[in-house]
Amino acid sequence: MTSTKDDTKAVVTQPKLGVLGGLRWFWRQLTSMRTALFLLLMLSVAAVPGSIFPQRGISAQRVTTYLDQHKTAGPILDKIGLFDVYTTPWFAAIYLLLVVSLLGCVIPRIRLQAKTLRAPVPKVPRRLSRLAGHVEREVAAPPQEVLAAARAALSRRRYRLREDAVAEGAPLELAAEGGRMRETGNLLFHLCLIIVIIALALGRLLGWRGDVIVPVGSSFSSVGARYDTLQPGAWVDTAKFEPWSMKVNNLDVEFEDQVDPSSAQWGQPRHFTASVTTSLPGQAPRQRTLGVNSPLAIGGASVFLLGNGYAPRVTVRDAKGTVLYDEATPFLPQDNTYRSVGAIKVPAASPKQLGFFGFFLPTAAFSKTQGPVSIFPDTRAPALVLGLYEGTLFPGGRPQSVYTLDTASMSQVKDTKGQPLRILLRQGQTYQLPGGRGSISFDNAPRWAGLSIRSDPGKMPALAGALLGLLGLVMSMSLRRRRIFLRVTPEGAGSRLQIGGLAKGDDPRLQVALEQLADTIGARAAPPRTLDPASERKK
Amino acid sequence: MTTLAAADAANPSLSMTSGHLLWSSAAVLALAMLAFCVDLAGGPGREARAAARREQAATAVAADGGDTAVLTQVEAPAEVPEKRQWAGIGMSLAWLGTFLLLGAVLTRGLSVMRPPLGNMYEFALAGSSFAMVCYLLWSLRRDVRWLGAFVTGAVVLVQMAAALIFYTAASQLMPSLQSPWLSIHVTVATLSVGLFILAAAVHLLYFLQAKREDGGLRRFGFLRSVPDAATLDRTAYGVLIVAFPLWTFTLIAGAIWADKAWGRYWGWDPKEVWTLVIWVLYAAYLHARMTAGWSGRKAAWVAMAGFACVLINYGIVNVYFVGQHSYSGM
Repeated sequence: MTSTKDDTKAVVTQPKLGVLGGLRWFWRQLTSMRTALFLLLMLSVAAVPGSIFPQRGISAQRVTTYLDQHKTAGPILDKIGLFDVYTTPWFAAIYLLLVVSLLGCVIPRIRLQAKTLRAPVPKVPRRLSRLAGHVEREVAAPPQEVLAAARAALSRRRYRLREDAVAEGAPLELAAEGGRMRETGNLLFHLCLIIVIIALALGRLLGWRGDVIVPVGSSFSSVGARYDTLQPGAWVDTAKFEPWSMKVNNLDVEFEDQVDPSSAQWGQPRHFTASVTTSLPGQAPRQRTLGVNSPLAIGGASVFLLGNGYAPRVTVRDAKGTVLYDEATPFLPQDNTYRSVGAIKVPAASPKQLGFFGFFLPTAAFSKTQGPVSIFPDTRAPALVLGLYEGTLFPGGRPQSVYTLDTASMSQVKDTKGQPLRILLRQGQTYQLPGGRGSISFDNAPRWAGLSIRSDPGKMPALAGALLGLLGLVMSMSLRRRRIFLRVTPEGAGSRLQIGGLAKGDDPRLQVALEQLADTIGARAAPPRTLDPASERKK
Repeated sequence: MTTLAAADAANPSLSMTSGHLLWSSAAVLALAMLAFCVDLAGGPGREARAAARREQAATAVAADGGDTAVLTQVEAPAEVPEKRQWAGIGMSLAWLGTFLLLGAVLTRGLSVMRPPLGNMYEFALAGSSFAMVCYLLWSLRRDVRWLGAFVTGAVVLVQMAAALIFYTAASQLMPSLQSPWLSIHVTVATLSVGLFILAAAVHLLYFLQAKREDGGLRRFGFLRSVPDAATLDRTAYGVLIVAFPLWTFTLIAGAIWADKAWGRYWGWDPKEVWTLVIWVLYAAYLHARMTAGWSGRKAAWVAMAGFACVLINYGIVNVYFVGQHSYSGM
């Protein structure tokens, strides 16, 4: 570093060292506390946009809606990854640099700490009064007893002790060190952060999650194709799923109706429980209950009850009365009153296929401004409000949502006045479709259970890492690294006790702690009022 | 179902009692704050008064001796600290207000027969109770009368916000909140928020005191009854090293509960994100205090940023951000 420019030019090997030196410089910078601090602040700032903008990982639908509403800003935000903040390269860069910086800082400290743990307690320094904390006392007990009391008091505080043999007549000395586990706890905490991050990554690679909607009375078997959505980790083979199945027998749901209807709590869910029958190959079927906060473990995965709604059962007949469609079709709830949207697709209809779309209202009412609305989430007056399209339901065989119609190759059916046809069906009613298209009847509205099936092998390692890290954190926050040195000299009939203390880092309570220690030693060696110098002398 | 639901329904007279207790507590704590303020206002003259008393005593001693020429302070009797009556009144009122507040929390819980931790109104009550209880327990061990005005002031603000903005009628919980983890996770979360409030109050005073020690703020005489900046810095650090592990526990307990209720332990839900941001910021504070060039005021600013996020996490994320923690009840 002291060489001049001319030297660098003259010596051929010098630039190579420069590169190495540069790397070392970079490494020092990266592992410095200042950089760690900067990266921590960066991480906190970078995490925020993910809570403001909708995220694909949480709700892809909300992202689509956002992009529809913000035609200009949306694509720009999308380009810089604001809809996938936690999987973007810039977010990953911050936390990976943080991990590297952490390791670079922690590994040398582990080596140092291993040395410290093996190192002996240092000798008692000559001048105790020069140390950061210092106490001097007279104790009415002989030096040996005072030292024994000090030994006991410090051992009880889990201090390591060192006592060197002293020459006859020289003052007795004792050195002690405590709180070395503070640094161990601190290192444990930092290493556990790495464990948690690895466990998270493990869960990503080896875990999977699938969601499925199962109407009451239907069953579901865990094979890849049966899931409505399936997100397997990179290392997951969906063909190897354990083939268990589950039938939803009943779904017990309760909504708040004991408060004033104007209250925000009115209609809030209070209770969801599903009773299900599970079967594993080679085992007898079992009756079990599944509730919110009480998932079911089956076949290496956990089943969670995360949603519910209604799947109105309708029957569509052609003009001759032949049944074309007879199914419970799940509708998706849109709000707390369970006003739900959905589509009923009747590919069997001819000459043109029929597609109904619209709302299911569990407790239908009519408002002048909004038209048909639901005023309570339970089925007190269920009704369907539907429109009708005819044409080709699945043009080109493109994949489409089961809850909406792809109307690209369809046309809306009009009523006699030329207005779009609107069908209002209460439970049990039948509606004759215009133009000899047949009829539709609304039979009943069973509930559906929204199940989420998940497997995360990283879960337990993450928990263990987190709890161990918490232990390390508490250790590093509660322990104090201190060195305490004692010297006891005979003084008249008793002894003079000198205590000196050193602390690592800022330790405002050191002096107080030394005084307390002196009090404890004094009380142990010479219990107050039981020994007086006179009786001591006679011994 | 109706009989069961009727048994579940809130007990209206108890929840009304809870409301009355909250208002009385706010009134009493406001008076406590005024008393603490009067005490602080008396601070600037305290040294002068003590000097005057010493002089008087010395004069008296000298007069007794009959030698008026000797006016030394050496003979003066041991200094008796001035009785801070107003601080004493403030302290007593703070205790009373805290008991009323605890009564409000208890009756609220009894009115619905569940832990009162289910919506923002109830968090506000629990958080302010924890702040007061921590402060009062602290006051038993150290002289923290100088902090009284700031703690009671902050708590009264939270109480008024709870009563006027966040108020939610007592009712049962939605299914995802019906779990023993509610008590564990939310209790520790509100306890740490209580401690964050205390630390923020100390840091605020630290900024003022540090500025005054640099020669500014000459007119803020009350700062003379407040410890010096270095002590304030250490005090806030002491509070935060307790709060930080508690907040870590909040994160872990929340993750365990999220795994039970939502099927994943971490899902980048806005509330989770902000809880992590707060954790990272306070971690940054702890690191900053040990970084050369960052200790002191810069580190304190990081802690204040953490506290700003605590406020956002409570006041904005619950209400305006779409996520799974939307239980504000508003």
